[in-house]
Amino acid sequence: MVGIVIISHSRTLAEGVAEVARAMGVGKAVVEPAGGDSEGGLGTSIDLVEDAVARADGGDGVLLLADIGSSVLTAKMLIEDAEGERILLADAPLVEGAVAAASMAATGADLPAVHAAAESAREHRKT
Amino acid sequence: MTGQASAGLDARGAAAWIRRAAELVSAEAERLTRLDAAIGDGDHGHNLHRGFTAAVAALPGDAELGETRPGKVLIAAGRAIVSKTGGASGPLYGTALRRAGKALGDASEADAAAVGAALKAALEGVQELGQANEGDKTMVDALAPAAAAYAAALDGGADLAGSTRAAADAADAGAAATVPMQARKGRASYLGPRSTGHLDPGASSTALVLRALADVTGRE
Repeated sequence: MVGIVIISHSRTLAEGVAEVARAMGVGKAVVEPAGGDSEGGLGTSIDLVEDAVARADGGDGVLLLADIGSSVLTAKMLIEDAEGERILLADAPLVEGAVAAASMAATGADLPAVHAAAESAREHRKT
Repeated sequence: MTGQASAGLDARGAAAWIRRAAELVSAEAERLTRLDAAIGDGDHGHNLHRGFTAAVAALPGDAELGETRPGKVLIAAGRAIVSKTGGASGPLYGTALRRAGKALGDASEADAAAVGAALKAALEGVQELGQANEGDKTMVDALAPAAAAYAAALDGGADLAGSTRAAADAADAGAAATVPMQARKGRASYLGPRSTGHLDPGASSTALVLRALADVTGRE
């Protein structure tokens, strides 16, 4: 199954998004949070993100969702470093993208399908 | 060796650059944070102080510096900055130093042309990662003119010291030119026209890092 990693500046935000996404992934989807900096404050830690990717990776690839700024840059940098490994970043809103990705991942879909599901979340308008 | 002002950049020179950059960034940390508080999230000086302090701590010891390569020193410094910085400047400065280090390859001493190629590689890495162009009110507004000025000085016959000085001067001017710009990247971009009238903190810190390079290559 494709794993999902939620990268946020805030540890509690990453955990909360992961909680919602896991529920929408009917308990099957693997969603790992990577929130905050290396000292427990607001920010991004590439080491925490790498740990979360390792936990989420079941062999079918990992999809990253990131909130803003350094979360996005860290995700892109990690992908560049992980040459050849199957890791993608979704260009998607964090909560909606995570819910869409977890729903699709729970069906056993492959990484491109989970990535596409996450990015399709952009089109779900609220008004 | 870095004994002569016009010599190349060896591992000791690269380490001296990182140490000098850390000194300048730490000395200016409050000013950078104040600039960032105006249009960003108010942590730039603190973050870079933390990142460059970690980079200095990651430098090889004196005996090892005699054996290693300047490229390796910059790559290790970049890695430390990525791990410890916490904000967007971590991946950006980390990428800049790592790309510069990779561009220097395995040479034990980088000549003036190689340092110019490393600056260009750093700029390309930063633009690839951050997707910023000149005029977006980012560190690119200091780094791009610096790389161009370096190349022009070198073409005009300047040595390493002269070329790095030209780069640092161009970075200062480029940073100053960000004041009237409207930000198109990062938190400041949410402010639209309200982001004008402020010096960009990333361009300012980039100018400090390039000044540090000019300082160490210009030493007798």
